[in-house]
Amino acid sequence: MGGDAAGPVPTDQHDFSLWEKRVDALMIIGSAKGYFTVDGLRRVLEDMGKDAFESMTYYERWIASVNQNLIEGGAYTTAELAEKMDEVAKRGATYGDAAQAT
Amino acid sequence: MPHDHHDHLSPSGHPYREDDDTPLSYWQTMEIAVRELLVEKGITTPADIAAQIETMDARSPANGAQVVARAWTDPAFRAELLADASAATRDMGFDIGPLNLIALENTADVHNVVVCTLCSCYPRNLLGLPPDWYKSRAYRSRTVREPRAVLAEFGVTLPDTTTVRVHDSTADMRYIVIPARPEGTENLSEHELAALVTRDSMIGTGLAKLP
Repeated sequence: MGGDAAGPVPTDQHDFSLWEKRVDALMIIGSAKGYFTVDGLRRVLEDMGKDAFESMTYYERWIASVNQNLIEGGAYTTAELAEKMDEVAKRGATYGDAAQAT
Repeated sequence: MPHDHHDHLSPSGHPYREDDDTPLSYWQTMEIAVRELLVEKGITTPADIAAQIETMDARSPANGAQVVARAWTDPAFRAELLADASAATRDMGFDIGPLNLIALENTADVHNVVVCTLCSCYPRNLLGLPPDWYKSRAYRSRTVREPRAVLAEFGVTLPDTTTVRVHDSTADMRYIVIPARPEGTENLSEHELAALVTRDSMIGTGLAKLP
């Protein structure tokens, strides 16, 4: 990054998990509905700084950016997000449990 | 909610997907919350989200391989493809969306390779989601600086007389490489030819397979 030398191209490949596919779908749908453009997606990614690129996975950065863009686009408020995340986290300890609305 | 699935079977009797029974992360929590908020606000529906995932899952390099095989066998189509790849592939029935797609033909003299230095722009409508390495910092930074060394890591060693052209994708402009048709394939059908066209050969980090 920023001119740092990079090593060999990594050859590991993983199958996308359901939550990653959902993030991808939310990006497509959010931009198709006019809440943001791919430039908006990029802008938030660029704002994250170097640490985010060291510590977060690809789709973790994407959901952070999609969310920021949706809030800025007026889809919902920060308060609504916080309340919903709280509710989701209480549903269970795993993604499978938490993804099931009660 | 009672946890009655200690044997890791869902209520339907199927095993949970692997990513479903790992501890919930902060970003997964956000994904669930964002998705549900969009549904509650009437911006999208669970069916639309599922349909979008299905559409994306259905896209694979096999689509691009059909395009390449046709370009190898149909000179008029090849000309259309090189002139306007979006229109030519749309005419074949592929959902290209608003994508500005550009086809690059590899020959004995010129080898094209595609990268997105910024992030991960890729002809996803035609090839599906990009492989992990395409999104890696190493590939993105080194392909523009030392393309021949990167190609060698992929097992592609080109003669010094071959010009290597690196194309940097953007949000508005995506590339697909038309690999050179391998020798000894004169008698193969379009269907047989398509089987020789790999994902990497359409990114430029590979060559078409030999029959």
